[in-house]
Amino acid sequence: MKIGLYPGCSFEGSAREYAESLRAIAPPLGMELEEVEGWSCCGASSAHAIDHGLSLALPASILAQAERQKMDEMVVPCAACFNRLASAKSDLAANARVRQQVADMIGMSYAGTTIVRNILEVLDRVLTPEVSKTFPNTFPHKVVCYYGCLLVRPKSVTREGRIEDPVQMDELMNRIGAKPLDWGMKTECCGASLSVTRTDVVGRLSGNILEDAAGRGAEAIIVACPMCHSNLDMRRKDIERTTGKKFSIPILYVTQAIGLALGLDHKQLGMQRHFVPVDLKGKSKIQIKPQTGVKAAV
Amino acid sequence: MSRVGVFICHCGENIGATVDCRKVAETCAAIPGVSYSVDYKYMCSDPGQNLIREAIKQKNLTGVVVAACSPRMHEPTFRKTCAAEGLNPYMCEMANLREHCSWVHTKSDATTEKAIDLVSMMVEKVKRNKPLYSIKVPVTKTALVIGGGIAGIQAALDIANAGQKVVIVEREPSIGGHMSQLSETFPTLDCSQCILTPRMVEVAQHPNITLYTYSEVESLTGFIGNFTARIRKKARGIDEKACTGCGDCSTACPFKKNPSEFNMGLGMRSAIYIPFPQAVPNKPVIDRAQCSYYLRGKCQFCVTKCPANAIQLDQEDELIDIPVGSVVVSTGFNIVDTSFFPEYGYGKYKDVVTGLQFERLLSASGPTLGEVKRPSDGKVPKKIVFIACAGSRDPAKGIEYCSKICCMYTAKHAMLYRHEVHDGDAYVFYMDIRAGGKGYDEFVRRAIEEDNVNYIRGRVSRVYERGGKLIVRGADTLLGAQQVEIEADMVVLATAGVANAGAEELAQKLHVSYDSHHFFAEAHPKLRPVETNTAGIFLAGACQSPKDIPDSVSQASAAASKVVGMFSGDELTREPVVAVVNRSAPPAFSTCVGCFMCQSACPFHAIEREEIKTRDGKIIKTVAKVNPGLCQGCGTCVAFCRSDSIDLQGYSNEQVYAEVMELMS
Amino acid sequence: MSIANHVDVTLAETVQDEIGMSVNHCYQCGKCSAGCPAANEMDFAPSIIMRLLQTREAASEMKILGSYTIWLCLACHTCDARCPMDVDLPRIMDILRAESLRRKVVHRGARDIIAFHKSFLHTIRHFGRMWEVGLVAGYKLRTRHFWQDIVLAPLMLKKGKLALLPSYHKKLSSRFFSNAGREVEQPK
Repeated sequence: MKIGLYPGCSFEGSAREYAESLRAIAPPLGMELEEVEGWSCCGASSAHAIDHGLSLALPASILAQAERQKMDEMVVPCAACFNRLASAKSDLAANARVRQQVADMIGMSYAGTTIVRNILEVLDRVLTPEVSKTFPNTFPHKVVCYYGCLLVRPKSVTREGRIEDPVQMDELMNRIGAKPLDWGMKTECCGASLSVTRTDVVGRLSGNILEDAAGRGAEAIIVACPMCHSNLDMRRKDIERTTGKKFSIPILYVTQAIGLALGLDHKQLGMQRHFVPVDLKGKSKIQIKPQTGVKAAV
Repeated sequence: MSRVGVFICHCGENIGATVDCRKVAETCAAIPGVSYSVDYKYMCSDPGQNLIREAIKQKNLTGVVVAACSPRMHEPTFRKTCAAEGLNPYMCEMANLREHCSWVHTKSDATTEKAIDLVSMMVEKVKRNKPLYSIKVPVTKTALVIGGGIAGIQAALDIANAGQKVVIVEREPSIGGHMSQLSETFPTLDCSQCILTPRMVEVAQHPNITLYTYSEVESLTGFIGNFTARIRKKARGIDEKACTGCGDCSTACPFKKNPSEFNMGLGMRSAIYIPFPQAVPNKPVIDRAQCSYYLRGKCQFCVTKCPANAIQLDQEDELIDIPVGSVVVSTGFNIVDTSFFPEYGYGKYKDVVTGLQFERLLSASGPTLGEVKRPSDGKVPKKIVFIACAGSRDPAKGIEYCSKICCMYTAKHAMLYRHEVHDGDAYVFYMDIRAGGKGYDEFVRRAIEEDNVNYIRGRVSRVYERGGKLIVRGADTLLGAQQVEIEADMVVLATAGVANAGAEELAQKLHVSYDSHHFFAEAHPKLRPVETNTAGIFLAGACQSPKDIPDSVSQASAAASKVVGMFSGDELTREPVVAVVNRSAPPAFSTCVGCFMCQSACPFHAIEREEIKTRDGKIIKTVAKVNPGLCQGCGTCVAFCRSDSIDLQGYSNEQVYAEVMELMS
Repeated sequence: MSIANHVDVTLAETVQDEIGMSVNHCYQCGKCSAGCPAANEMDFAPSIIMRLLQTREAASEMKILGSYTIWLCLACHTCDARCPMDVDLPRIMDILRAESLRRKVVHRGARDIIAFHKSFLHTIRHFGRMWEVGLVAGYKLRTRHFWQDIVLAPLMLKKGKLALLPSYHKKLSSRFFSNAGREVEQPK
């Protein structure tokens, strides 16, 4: 399956392991990712927070470029970028005059024909139950799936049917042999862009998430958003400082969990870049349970 | 030779201030065919009416035009006046100078000119009026009551006690409706079953009432006074005459794990069951979707155990046709269940329940025998959070209206819980308190002041489960919208009242209007709350809109009075403003060509086919015929007819054209 | 409280024109405030901001624009997902923030947050993509929080998550930024 890719700024920096793991699992899953050429930042929270025109222009220029490359669909692994691109697309579709104003601003033609997809939608398509049966390994761990805010809200933009209890990531985990637990913080905010300016707020909110997950006996939290990963992983010491509690639960990108089930190792999936060691079942490597009859592919 | 009398009313200042009434009267006196033209201050008053009567007598008038307010106000008044003086009432018409002229224009010559136009148009029409006579239809003095809840029961008893016959059709195996599921009722805290069951028994034993339970209305044909109702009596699988209601069959039935509808899913029942101990009739019914015999052909335990040999597994549905004269629709309402709320768990938390489920927990005949216990583990909850407006007043969820009864029953629930669990805490999250009935506000104050229920003004954003407790996150808007988090043992949602299942299908069967929420439509929200726009069909209770027991009972008695009024004579009188297909001498018989476009156009199914036959029964032609009992005089058929064969009495083509031509000249 | 001191174009009208719905739709149920993850750090809860808008008074408008609330808002959309009246509170917050900057009425405590946003946009203006080092440097210069997260940088570097140089050099068209703040019509 050929599909466009908008990597987003964090892919090259703070979410480098997300990029590595996605690129590693793409070939075995039959995904051919074509990057948007010369892509620039989508604006994230900062653009819409202070400059409405910019918050439309930046995503529009990305989508216009995707159209130029004749992309029918584009996967956006970062939840924030996904939300910004989909929101801008929806706003522009609703009003022709604004569409024209923005097209003038960016100096490119814009038709709004490229469909914006989040990582879960695309993985759901390529990682069917039949495909997962061909995997050399499974991921036999109790996990909780953390969706965060921007993958599911607002409903009009994300097209999510169950915004208070989404199940797409849980279903993916089921398919790779994990046991996704029900828990209370599936869609509660981690503290988002206040990571730098109000680290204490992140400490409290992300702390609640860690506490609930650990309290339910989860071995790992699976995420699909670089911001969430950063707040829950990189900011671990800050969370422990704010809450006065210690948490050892690791945070894995959904692509990393799938990569492990595909038989890839820690280094290929960028696990060493995490702040919180990924140390499931007390061993330094994930215990992989090979499925009978199939050789481990590495 | 027409001799029309014209009477211009000043209506005090209403018309007189804008229109020069004297000038109108003088101008109209010169219209050919007008023998008398006068203006007067208040035509509807006694002296005004006497003016008309004197003029009819002295000037031998053949027609009367009263130029005044809207005919909706006083047409009956002036028609009665004419009839009293011997002039056919349909020779009297009104020209609306008030709503159509003086109320919408300012004082000017043009306004007076317009008034003159309006009157002269009406004069031209009246010159072509023909005397008309009221239509009489017979009336079957049996009422059909659809729905056997408190409203249906009350209506049936009122009609039956007035000496008329009633047939009640109830969909469930027992009558009683939601009221039978309640524990205690506000504001008196009367035991619901205790006040209801005597009436249920009275209905069952009343000589004038025939009760069909576990039955539905299959179809309703006919018209006011002359309906035919086809009832489907669903097969219970029981010979009701032989059955003694001993209940051995339910005890014997091995399939006991079916969620009980009466207990709102909180308890179980067997496949063969009596819904509740006080059921009327107290006979079981077999749920064929759960019974092993029907599913797999195995097991007839109940048959072997029944001491009265009353089980008839091969029983079939029965269709019964009943002639009725009027219908009272009292099918009640339903509530949304907990799965309606994404933010409260999509229905997956056992200890988040609806108001009706909480009633079952409080009820002595309920699954916990009246002790409030958590459905998850049976423990007594020490902290309950009640959430008001769960679904109601919520356009985002598609229910923008208020369900009216929840503020009261929430206060009641909190009170009853506090009476039972003295060391328990009750919290109510509300937006407003709607307690407008008699003794209602005092009732809510009692909950707050005497029973120490904690009322917090604000809504709950989310409920989720953690460690066996329910975490409730709300806000106290009276404290600056400060966040309030409560670890509760149980959450009760005061869920929105909605139309009962099947309401749309039933409305379509009966040809009754309904709104976008499938509540049945009353004819006029203020002045005709229990009538529908369909002649002969009345409404009572929550099927019209959510309401409490006193209002349901009041409406039921009101609907009953309409029925009894209808049945008070031997015939029903209808206005003669109906369509008529022309008839003429043979060999034509009628200009109607038998295309029947009028029949498909008629919104009231009032047009039939009539075969014109020779003396030995050979059909000459089939033409259209209007049923004067059903026709509402809308005129759609007249517009459709291509051969000019159908016309509306009182608004004939000739009359209408005359008005238009007068205006254009 | 004086009801008389109305301004010519109220903030409520501005909001209404841009979101296509009257602020009177809010019936102050408090559900947004109840679910807001940041509400207990705010000076005015989200539903109180709506109430202040509804008064259409100059003094209330100053309170709104000068509040910490509008800058602390996480844009997590929890409020908007649950609002029974479908009030687009996140969009309203965007509008209030823009107004706050335009009228230069800004809460003192929000200066760090604004500095962060400005630093972010500065790096993308000059380099086309976000460059963490540039962002943090700019932030520290603006806020003088020189020692903040000082331990984090070497760790990030070691883990390969911090690029010392920007990965990309494409100055974004000045058209994007010269129009920054220009009134692009808000789609309804």
